[in-house]
Amino acid sequence: MHGTNALAEADRMMTVCNSCRYCEGLCAVFPAMEKRRIFADGDLDYLANLCHGCGACYYDCQFSPPHEFNVDVPRTFARVRAESYARYAWPGALSSLFARNGRAVSIAAAVSMILFLAGFALFDGRSFLSSHEGAGAFYVLMPHVAMAWLFGAAFVGALAALWVGLAKFWRYTDERSKMPVTAGLLLQAARDAARLRYLDGGGSGCMNEGERPDDRRVLFHHFTFYGFLLCFAATCVATLYHYGLGREAPYAWDSLPVLLGSVGGVGLVFGAGGLLVAKLRRTPELQEQETRSMDLVFVAMLMLTGGSGLTLLVFRATPAMGPLLAIHLGAVLALFVTMPYGKFVHGLFRFAALVRYAGEAATPGEAGSS
Amino acid sequence: MSESRKQYDVLVAGGGNAALCAAISARRAGASVLVLEAAPKFFRGGNSRHTRNMRLAHDSATKTLTGPYTEEEFWDDLLRVTGGKTDEDLARFMIRESKEMLNWIAEQGVRFQPSLGGTLSLGRTNSFFLGGGRAMLNTLYRTAESLGVEVHYEAEIVALKIEDGHFHAATFTEGGRTHSVHAAAFVAAAGGFEANIPWLKEYWGDAAENFLIRGSPYNRGTILKLLLANGVQEVGDPTQCHAVAIDARAPRFDGGIITRLDCVVFGIVVNKEGKRFYDEGEDVWPKRYAIWGRLVAGQPDQIAYIIFDASSLTLFMPSLFPPIAAPTIRALAGELSLDPDVLEETIAGFNAAVRPGFFNPTELDDCRTEGLVPPKSHWARRIGTAPFYAYPVRPGITFTYLGTRVNRDARMVMRSGATASNMFAAGEIMAGNVLGRGYAAGVGMTIGSVFGRIAGREAARNARN
Repeated sequence: MHGTNALAEADRMMTVCNSCRYCEGLCAVFPAMEKRRIFADGDLDYLANLCHGCGACYYDCQFSPPHEFNVDVPRTFARVRAESYARYAWPGALSSLFARNGRAVSIAAAVSMILFLAGFALFDGRSFLSSHEGAGAFYVLMPHVAMAWLFGAAFVGALAALWVGLAKFWRYTDERSKMPVTAGLLLQAARDAARLRYLDGGGSGCMNEGERPDDRRVLFHHFTFYGFLLCFAATCVATLYHYGLGREAPYAWDSLPVLLGSVGGVGLVFGAGGLLVAKLRRTPELQEQETRSMDLVFVAMLMLTGGSGLTLLVFRATPAMGPLLAIHLGAVLALFVTMPYGKFVHGLFRFAALVRYAGEAATPGEAGSS
Repeated sequence: MSESRKQYDVLVAGGGNAALCAAISARRAGASVLVLEAAPKFFRGGNSRHTRNMRLAHDSATKTLTGPYTEEEFWDDLLRVTGGKTDEDLARFMIRESKEMLNWIAEQGVRFQPSLGGTLSLGRTNSFFLGGGRAMLNTLYRTAESLGVEVHYEAEIVALKIEDGHFHAATFTEGGRTHSVHAAAFVAAAGGFEANIPWLKEYWGDAAENFLIRGSPYNRGTILKLLLANGVQEVGDPTQCHAVAIDARAPRFDGGIITRLDCVVFGIVVNKEGKRFYDEGEDVWPKRYAIWGRLVAGQPDQIAYIIFDASSLTLFMPSLFPPIAAPTIRALAGELSLDPDVLEETIAGFNAAVRPGFFNPTELDDCRTEGLVPPKSHWARRIGTAPFYAYPVRPGITFTYLGTRVNRDARMVMRSGATASNMFAAGEIMAGNVLGRGYAAGVGMTIGSVFGRIAGREAARNARN
């Protein structure tokens, strides 16, 4: 019937939940569930990605363990989500990177940083360990054109893989409803995602360490997400400076790229750090052990990227600049390259799920009933 | 036995909505409070765990309620469902007090939401808890504990020291040891006895062996029995319980809401002999579901089967177990171990008696049988579209009516007619005062919270004097 044990378990759970419906007010998952009577794999992938893992339903449920009905929606959906990232990954051969994801991403990061360090040292050993100042200081170590091509290619490759994966996910979850994607739906989903509307237990808060609504992941996620966007904006502005204005990095402390990058970097480090601590403290009842390394390595990579960027900023006028630049570029490259094969995917799939939810909410009755 | 060193102002027996409302209100009135809950922490709260709303009177619509529900309308509803088996003075008093509960319970941190899908009929009258009954309980426990109420789990009271309507001490077991605790006032909020099968058998005989208990396995009526044995006046018919027909495959205890079946009105119901025994379409389901437990209890082996066809499959709320399906009535009879000839005959007889009509699943329609005994008065449609489906059903016991008599202060009344000096009761254990029979959605929680709050307040006052 179902592709995996996790999907079969999710189906059992949704059958229990659909007969109860007490959690209807907590988030989007349960109203979406109520539009269905039969839960095909695509439906479950959709519902699992709609779930923000807030944990409220676990503690509100009269049937959660040790009850014999054994209902644990957050944990089961965490497993289904992780499986869905792998299932729709492109190229498919790389989906195995999701198994032992912590190790795969760590190796990628280490290799990437070592290659940069070694490359810089071999390219110009003396420059590598001396200080450089003024416009174009970074490009003494690696020509700008090489940097642009390498990161441009990695970025485009990652985008392509993410896009194909997202398209596969959408198609598979769309099998029954064939929903047209409109600007209105995208806007609604963007609003819900930007606010993390469904990470609040319906207003009563989320659970992380136990039955008390002690969760502050909304705050940390905002710092992480908006920090990431600011860093990305910094890179875009810097690219414009370079090609449009002919101004070469490094830029002054009060320049727009540095301001954006430093605020973003601080947000990234603080936010991802908060998420990391929250993850480590999360009660085992709400946590899927098999996917834990993927979650941890992703926030660790974001911290490394933000942290190495900030450190580079502080020490860019010293002889440490070379190694720090190598480490930062190594981290960024590894982040790009592994994006389609790790936790980063959650953002896209959840967004797609929110689009679908917005679309279904606009259509009364059962979804995709055939 | 170890003697508890601490002396409490108020001892609360039980851990559900009524108990917590009592504990919180007593604590807020300045009393020291000990709550003894017999269940383990996960199962705390008795049947409140399985509730989802509370029926409270209100004069205008709110953010979550679609319109006013006046005291008079509430009273009319209560009078109708109880058939007059209610204490009018106490019931009207409770309804008046219920208006304030909407605020009071929210002040304790409980959140409400609009009525759930499939319960639109309650959207005006009943306040739904965000996340359901366990969410509400968790909030009440958090509030109680933050106020300094002491709560013990797996602490079952086994004896009460009561003299002439005056409570002195309780003996309870916890962690394999027996303890004794003194308190200036006692609040009994420990539910009914529906999970006590031997007690049910006193009235129902061996049939009770086939009953399923919808809620907590910890509602064994220990406190109720101790109180009645100590001269407290009883109220409510001891032989009666609220029973609905639930899926026979449900666990013996604690299956909760998800084992209910809302499809009786869309099919026919036969007993183990393959024969119909009651009008399945007598009235709309919300007004009839509560009689089917008793009806099934009256059938041989306390089992029955709801039979319907493919045309009805999606007309009702899904439930935990899928229906048993078969391509023909004969095959379905085989699956159910019913006599295939009899079942075919029953279906054929029913189909032949169905008169043409305009089917309307949400209202009393004109689809009925003619010349059939018993008749099916509404929603009667031929059962002929394969596949055919069946749900086996058994009586599912929700609660019992026997309780302790109380006055407006939630103070227990002794058999002599005198009031107890320091004993109070709230919730299911005294529900029979206002709910002598029948049920209306959310009334149990009204009784629990209104009388719980009063019991706590009065117990605290009692303890101070």
